[in-house]
Amino acid sequence: MQAFTTLTARTAVLAADNVDTDQIIPARFLTTTARTGLGAHLFADWRYDPAGRPRPEFVLNRPEAAGCGILVSGGNFGCGSSREHAPWALLDYGFRAVISTGIADIFRNNSLKNGLLPVIVDAATGAWLIAHPGIELTLDVPSTTLTLPEGRVVSFPLEPFARHCLQNGVDELGYLLGHRAAIGTFETRR
Amino acid sequence: MPSAPRTLFEKVWQRHEVVPETAAAPAVLYVDLHLVHEVTSPQAFTVLRERSLPVRRADLTLATLDHSTPTLTAQVFGGAPIAIESAARQVHEIERNCAEFGVELLGLRSAERGIVHIIGPELGLTQPGKTVVCGDSHTSTHGALGALAFGIGTTEVGHVLATQCLLQRKPRTLAVNVAGKLRPGVTAKDLILAIIGRLGVSGGAGHVIEYRGATIRALDMDERMTVCNMSIEAGARAGMIAPDETTYAYLAGRPRAPRGADWERSLAAWRELPGEPGARFDRELAIDADETEPMITWGTNPGMSVAVGSPIPAAGDALFERALAYMGFTAGQPIKDQPVNVVFVGSCTNARLSDLRSAAGLLRGRRIARGLTMLVVPGSQQVKRQAEAEGLDRVFLDAGAEWRESGCSMCIGMNGDVVARGQYAVSTSNRNFEGRQGSGARTLLASPLTAAASAVRGRVTDPRELL
Repeated sequence: MQAFTTLTARTAVLAADNVDTDQIIPARFLTTTARTGLGAHLFADWRYDPAGRPRPEFVLNRPEAAGCGILVSGGNFGCGSSREHAPWALLDYGFRAVISTGIADIFRNNSLKNGLLPVIVDAATGAWLIAHPGIELTLDVPSTTLTLPEGRVVSFPLEPFARHCLQNGVDELGYLLGHRAAIGTFETRR
Repeated sequence: MPSAPRTLFEKVWQRHEVVPETAAAPAVLYVDLHLVHEVTSPQAFTVLRERSLPVRRADLTLATLDHSTPTLTAQVFGGAPIAIESAARQVHEIERNCAEFGVELLGLRSAERGIVHIIGPELGLTQPGKTVVCGDSHTSTHGALGALAFGIGTTEVGHVLATQCLLQRKPRTLAVNVAGKLRPGVTAKDLILAIIGRLGVSGGAGHVIEYRGATIRALDMDERMTVCNMSIEAGARAGMIAPDETTYAYLAGRPRAPRGADWERSLAAWRELPGEPGARFDRELAIDADETEPMITWGTNPGMSVAVGSPIPAAGDALFERALAYMGFTAGQPIKDQPVNVVFVGSCTNARLSDLRSAAGLLRGRRIARGLTMLVVPGSQQVKRQAEAEGLDRVFLDAGAEWRESGCSMCIGMNGDVVARGQYAVSTSNRNFEGRQGSGARTLLASPLTAAASAVRGRVTDPRELL
């Protein structure tokens, strides 16, 4: 995994709560055997009409959304299915971070393993971010802080090991393989 | 000093810690059973291939086909090509991966194939005290047998294939204490929909739920699996039920359950698993089963439900308005008598033999409404054979329903079985998200009884009117 230390990018805002992984990437696009190319189908049923034409009112189809690297959404983002295709699609589209007042457990795990930064903020900060789409934010992993345009700094929770892996680009599989001896002992002992 | 009384979850967790967690690092947790399917595994096998890693414990790994696999007999057994080309490629890919890495695959024509969460318990592989994982969020189903079972992503599927372990932070615990007796016509599905309605769709986040109390003890194993299956719909990491005589009777004699002296040893160990008196949970919730009614969802997440006889709520927030608009409903309208186009009986939630018996019992001697489509999809090929041996397939076919090969089918709409845009489907599955059963499809989640009753009338129906 590529190291993630700091990111300065503009936000796109999807205000809804409970955005589930079936919305992020509908199941019909999961018959792939690759991790790449899913960005084209990100939020497919919200982004395109039944004839496949972009819906102009959807946030990602608006000109100001171009180049946004941070997705701000309502609470319980990424609930539902365990499909890792959800963070793959967000990353492939160009997002590097998701900010919400709550991020579902499996989605958060999957995001961290792919270098998509899940940022959980308090209700007031969440509401402020939703009310101010398109602003530029700085997310800093080593200090686990988010810096708002007027300079206000908000810290966010990040599990220490996940932070270590992100900022150093640690390969978790490599780390686990480093425990092979302990795993072997555990298997013999039981 | 004696250690504090432990819960079921804590016992199972501790027995699987290869390396306990510290402030700096999560635990290395050992996995006893890894179930693999065609949709969330290809990219994991690719990583193993790229890094020249073997599967560490192929003997603890079992693969099958369910998600993108067709349910039409012609495509499964008849030699007709799988209609969705990319799905056919996934089938081919898992066959190749399992052959190359030495993993047992219950393939397309296997008599033991089925939905991963149906076949684990059915084969006797899911056992009390085991850790069970799969690249699927409904892995929580296996917790019904007293296992710690949860869904993982594809990167973690790779971790388990390569090391048989996962990096995990210890979740918190939530006791859902259920008292009272479910009334006739009220099922385990109604109970779990009521629990999710109380908890909310993120109310269980970060927690492992243990379902407890007299009502839970009185449930049979199929019912317990329905309850644990939908734990994830409350955002919980897993759902568990302490093993008891019902669990042991279910497992005895299953093809891959322990036998002989092994059985006796296992049984003794299983009896040590239930939580100790006085064990503390981080949170508790009390539910009264006596008051539970047949439930149905009216919105776009599983927490948006009402009793079949009650109206949709009269007012709500932006999310409420959005859900109503998607579903084509108005605030405060009754849900009962809403016309239905499709009825789906299937999925890892409600496609075990007792679910099919329950739907067939109501349909026997009746026909489904004119113009309505009803799909009945057994959860496994074994469930299909058992149902056929009892003549349930004839009941469904005579009523005008379709009878299919096993698979996830219309629950996930990625295998050719979909609900058309704008249509209303009463489904025994687990998710009513926008587009879950097909782009623009409108899903109403309910029990097999409510689904069958609604099929007969062609409208949302309280099953007690037809019992």
